[in-house]
Amino acid sequence: MPDITMKEKWGYEVSPLGDTSVIVQFGTGINEVSHRNVLALTSYFEEHPFPGMIEIVPAFTTVTIFYDPMKLYDPFPVEERKRTSVGSPYDTVCSILERIVPKLDRTVRETERVIHIPVCYGGELGPDLDEVARSHHMTADEVIEIHSGQEYLVYMIGFAPGFPYLGGMSERIATPRRRSPRMAIPAGAVGIGGSQTGIYPISTPGGWQIIGRTPLRLFRPEHQTPSLLKAGDKVRFQPIGLDQYKEWNEDQL
Amino acid sequence: MSISVLRAGLLTTVQDKGRFGYRKEGVIVGGAMDLFALRIANLLVGNEEGKAALEVTLMGPSILFETETLISICGGNLTPSVGGKELPLWRPVYIQAGQMLEFGACQSGARAYVAIAGGIEVPEVMQSRSTYLRAGLGGLEGRALKEGDKLYNGTLTERSAAYMEYMASNAGSQPFQAADWYVGDRQFPAYAKNPVIRVLRGREFEWFTEESQETFFTAPFRVTSQSDRMGYRLKGTKLDLKAEKEVVSEAVTFGTIQVPAEGDPIILMADCQTVGGYPKIAQVVSMDLPVLAQVKPGTTVQFKEVSLQEAEDLYIWKEMEFGKMAKGIELFLSNI
Repeated sequence: MPDITMKEKWGYEVSPLGDTSVIVQFGTGINEVSHRNVLALTSYFEEHPFPGMIEIVPAFTTVTIFYDPMKLYDPFPVEERKRTSVGSPYDTVCSILERIVPKLDRTVRETERVIHIPVCYGGELGPDLDEVARSHHMTADEVIEIHSGQEYLVYMIGFAPGFPYLGGMSERIATPRRRSPRMAIPAGAVGIGGSQTGIYPISTPGGWQIIGRTPLRLFRPEHQTPSLLKAGDKVRFQPIGLDQYKEWNEDQL
Repeated sequence: MSISVLRAGLLTTVQDKGRFGYRKEGVIVGGAMDLFALRIANLLVGNEEGKAALEVTLMGPSILFETETLISICGGNLTPSVGGKELPLWRPVYIQAGQMLEFGACQSGARAYVAIAGGIEVPEVMQSRSTYLRAGLGGLEGRALKEGDKLYNGTLTERSAAYMEYMASNAGSQPFQAADWYVGDRQFPAYAKNPVIRVLRGREFEWFTEESQETFFTAPFRVTSQSDRMGYRLKGTKLDLKAEKEVVSEAVTFGTIQVPAEGDPIILMADCQTVGGYPKIAQVVSMDLPVLAQVKPGTTVQFKEVSLQEAEDLYIWKEMEFGKMAKGIELFLSNI
């Protein structure tokens, strides 16, 4: 990659999010390069947490690291601390990052998962499908074809437990949110909000256009990893009929 | 031991120190809003500091103790009483079987923590007993307590059991017996009705106009009634960005102060989402989060800037002080 300078390749910025966490930023735009850096640092710390690390939160262009300052400060008593950067828990985390970031393995993983999400489109389970189709002068089937015809990238999980921020939806079916949000969108609802698409893991109020529903549970609190999806996964929607939806059970995944 | 809820109160939930390790899956941390009060309340009954306790909000519940119990109430003073007699805060209290704990007017603060020897025994969900209201998980069936609920406590530590026995022998026929020692207010966070809250500059602080930057640190902001465990909505002088700019969503946390387009800041609290997409003007230092937790809607807060170094020093120093206090409490409980 001759056009990419070292700065762009390893370039990251660190800033504190208060006194117990740091945000590591890779680039400013939502793109594959930032995403790969985010995933690389996330999986490094998942495999090699440092003493005092509590947890990490990957997002579009950032990784936030939460830590316990009491496990990372210089053990000399506070009174004796000179006003230099030595001893600060934040600085300790920064020096760990300085060591690790340049050595990260950013190659695309062989183990990349593609998760197929069965969706029953339209009807009672997708009350806004017809409206979405009409607004684009398409048939409902065309919307389904576009929505289910490609792979999506899970950039991060947030907003609600197990809720994936998916990248890659075709602009051809981008649709503004509903003028008045629904009080309760059921768990499993698949929606379009602007140029994003997503799946509601738990029942919540929301303004997205609901085009279908999946029988899969995206949030399973009894599992060791409660979220079905994680940052870096690929997702494909797979249209199913109402009968299949009703008869679906978890084993079919 | 078991307790029955006779009246639920405004919002009474089971909370511990929070649910960690699942933020990357979109699961919020939750936990006690005032962690200082929760930790002290637990220590005062001989528990580990992170056990599950009741978080009582503004208007407290009525709770019947079906068996004798050792409790401690810390945090806001919501006028707790047993047998018509006011119960002192910030100390262990022995309660006779069959007595009822009630709450009255909210004299100070907004939230009280009722810790019970042995901790409140509800199933752990994702390694925490905290109630996650929005997902309907944790605590008691994932919801706030309601009339008719029954709660049980876990096994008492040796220290709790010994101290309870000692207190029982002193109680005679009184409905309760409070210890004559307590955690003094010199040890407290800077609780105040209209507090000054110390903050660090947020990542997008420079995005705000110079006028707004100055306003933020000089003008008072009112805590509106749209304030809950997720966040406090503030009203004051509007804060403007130099130019309209969008934040790419990233992690936020307890104490993050973000400013949506309309210009009124929101302080994210214990039940905040894991990620947010509004410009962050500031971040409350950890040691002032308990102070915020005790602020009532209608009061005002003011923000004061501190450096990261000051915030870290404060954190480390306060935690060391806390450690000494914990040792002191241990001593008082064993010295019977």
